[in-house]
Amino acid sequence: MDNGQKTGNGISTAICGTAPVSAEEIDAICAQFGNDKHRMLDILREVQDRYRCIAPATMDHIAAATGLTRIEVEGVASFYSFLSLTPKGRVTIRLCDDIVDRFSGLSEVACAFEDELGLKVGETSNDGAFSLEYTPCIGMCDQAPAAMVNDIVLTKLTPETARSAAQALKAGRSPEQLISDRFEALTPSERALHMVDNNIRHAGEVLLGPVPEDAGLAKAATITPTQIISAIEESGLRGCGGAGFTTGRKWRFAASERAEKHFVICNADEGEPGTFKDRVLLTERPHLLIEGMTIAARAVGAREGILYLRGEYVYLRELLLQVLEERRWRGLLGKDILGVKGFDFDIRLQLGAGAYICGEEGALISSCEGLPGEPKTRPPFPVNRGYLGYPTVVNNVETFCHAARILDKGAAWFNAMGMEGSHGTKLFSVCGDCLNPGIYELPYGHTVWELLAMVGGEDAAAVQVGGPSGTMIARDSFHRKLTFDDLATGGAIIVFNGERNVLEIVEYYMSFFVHESCGYCTPCRVGNVFLQKAIQKFRKGLANPEDIDYLKDLSGTIIETSRCGLGMTSPNPVLTTLKNFPLVYSAVIKPSKDGIRDTFDIQSAIDGARKIAKRRSYIFDKDFTQ
Amino acid sequence: MSGTKKETGFTFTIDGVEITAYAGQTIMEAADEAGVYIPRLCDHEGLRHQGSCRVCTVKAGGRSVAACTQPAAPGQAVENETPRLTKMRRDLVEMLFHEGNHLCPICEASGNCELQAMAYRLDMTEATRFPYLEPCRALDASHPDIALDTNRCISCGRCIRASQDVDGKGIFGYVGRGIHRRVAVNGENLADTDAEVTDHAISAEVCPVGCIIRKRVGFAVPIGEREFDHGLIGHDIEEKRK
Repeated sequence: MDNGQKTGNGISTAICGTAPVSAEEIDAICAQFGNDKHRMLDILREVQDRYRCIAPATMDHIAAATGLTRIEVEGVASFYSFLSLTPKGRVTIRLCDDIVDRFSGLSEVACAFEDELGLKVGETSNDGAFSLEYTPCIGMCDQAPAAMVNDIVLTKLTPETARSAAQALKAGRSPEQLISDRFEALTPSERALHMVDNNIRHAGEVLLGPVPEDAGLAKAATITPTQIISAIEESGLRGCGGAGFTTGRKWRFAASERAEKHFVICNADEGEPGTFKDRVLLTERPHLLIEGMTIAARAVGAREGILYLRGEYVYLRELLLQVLEERRWRGLLGKDILGVKGFDFDIRLQLGAGAYICGEEGALISSCEGLPGEPKTRPPFPVNRGYLGYPTVVNNVETFCHAARILDKGAAWFNAMGMEGSHGTKLFSVCGDCLNPGIYELPYGHTVWELLAMVGGEDAAAVQVGGPSGTMIARDSFHRKLTFDDLATGGAIIVFNGERNVLEIVEYYMSFFVHESCGYCTPCRVGNVFLQKAIQKFRKGLANPEDIDYLKDLSGTIIETSRCGLGMTSPNPVLTTLKNFPLVYSAVIKPSKDGIRDTFDIQSAIDGARKIAKRRSYIFDKDFTQ
Repeated sequence: MSGTKKETGFTFTIDGVEITAYAGQTIMEAADEAGVYIPRLCDHEGLRHQGSCRVCTVKAGGRSVAACTQPAAPGQAVENETPRLTKMRRDLVEMLFHEGNHLCPICEASGNCELQAMAYRLDMTEATRFPYLEPCRALDASHPDIALDTNRCISCGRCIRASQDVDGKGIFGYVGRGIHRRVAVNGENLADTDAEVTDHAISAEVCPVGCIIRKRVGFAVPIGEREFDHGLIGHDIEEKRK
């Protein structure tokens, strides 16, 4: 294992290979963000984009400009995957390394890029032109394999298209020109749709069917904040990001908190592998989202909002900025919205930089504050003391969209859809081994069988509901219902056929959690590494029957002692497959013959000593005499 | 909570023992005052609570919470020394041992080390099931009076908070993410910072293990006469009840 020497600090030898960055340029970037330490993520993103690297000397300048210490800047710079302390290529190609991409030919695509660019994945070319790397799910599982090339997205890659893209880039074409020769002439919305298909397979009544413009906001402007909150409460709306907290209660808590300021934040950091529903809403219903945020702002008395967009969705930045600008111009954002005196609200776009943990409410707030994306200690809860210490409502993209529709059509209309405890419709992002991957808006309460029939995935052997932090079920559970009380999901439905290796999937998901753990607390930081290693033992056929108990036992400790939802759910791939696919495990275990663990490898154990002593072992090297 | 007055406080129980607490106090603060010891590594008297090592995990209202950050609540029944909690704490301490390189027999901190002492207290005596991660981190001996061996660091962050909040310096900080997250210094190396051997962050009590080393004072107290040779970790708190 690489034990973390990558972050420099005393051992970093690499310096930005290109021309040294002048202090004036760095100062100008800091000044652009008001020399505000809370905008550190924006500052570092800008520096990274412009110079492909955040060098130690640069960090000194940024620290001085923002009143921080260099180690605090380094703490942020070394946290996010898309920031780098060593130089990256002018064109950085990030291949989406999700399990769905792996099952869709990722390795052949990676080989094609490696071949054409003369680079291995993980390397940067000597001339600084290219970097090639893997990145976890970029939210394109319905069109895998996919990749980010700087800020643009390539989908449905084949070895041939990968080759031609690499050749074009080598010939000096820009990443944008890979999408269209007239990229500059396209509108932001056209650009997004040129890059990514939205694959809406089933439009429901609430979100993806016909939606009148700002009807919910118009209604909200005529009623009191208390009435808005009551409507949301009566509708039964629950958070659509995965946790399912009652939205109306959250708004009521925040509204009842007396404070100088309140904030509304939209969590558009959908990072759960296999989830891409918010991508579709951000592209197809951006006005509805901002409308929902504006209604929330009126409900809780917020004048400022933040739309936190995951770094992987940077291709939607221009589109969203244009929507915000248009709404300001139309009097739907800014001062006296819809002419209502004192109804002031505006939104800034905050881009993430590659960190799944920022989907966690507290970590998302930390990230908005310019800090490493670490969850916050609870209590206090964000509704009491959130962003910069002020009461803050954080909701998912889909939740805000629902809220806007509820205000227009009424709580009873929404409440009547779905089931008791799970009202309304839900967007399901379906991918994997099925004929029609894409987005399905359905009322809560359908069975997995029913959904599989719609998507053309009836021969599924396993379905991952809710992504890796959710539940993997087998055919004997496909009668279960997609509701909060049975199979809860933030939207991800990943279908696997009988040819897929369940243990391979589990190992991948554990490697994902190891990569994405923030490292703040012991059980999640260390325990998940142990869990991943234990699954590797099973895959190598080195596991004993006792290792089944070990998996359960270790999972229990991680779940019970972790600080946030990541560690409380990260053992789920292991636990739910142990429960629902026990034969997968029992088929590969064998009792040890002599009581000695198969995992103890004497050769690797003495290897270090062998190198230091510069000779072979008398006892353990059979060929010693040769 | 509304019925209790701040001055008079309220009561709750830890393993059946009645504890008095005041509004705003954490479970651990109240327990410490009452002479009930809750094991902890990242928490240290006089420093902000961090809640990262999770060794102080207790059950309160059926939920697992970190006693160092969770506010005490009136009437609550808190579980502390149950077999299940002791087992999970042992797992956590063992994880910390395996994450770094902790070779007690050759470590100057042996006998004064809180990690080692916690392992004794939690009865970490069985053969391990966890793999060793065996990091290989460079030793920083650049400073004339201080050396840093982060192979022994348990990421408790006590030095970070002590330097920031007590010394007003900010010599240490976390860098990296996940298993790569670790404590680093504000500069190229320790000599490049304004660290002084008289800093609170450098003092023997702040670093619980043998990571921050004061040069030329090693082994002044012989093994056998060291802090935890005189009693289990936490005995000073528990003696308040006797």
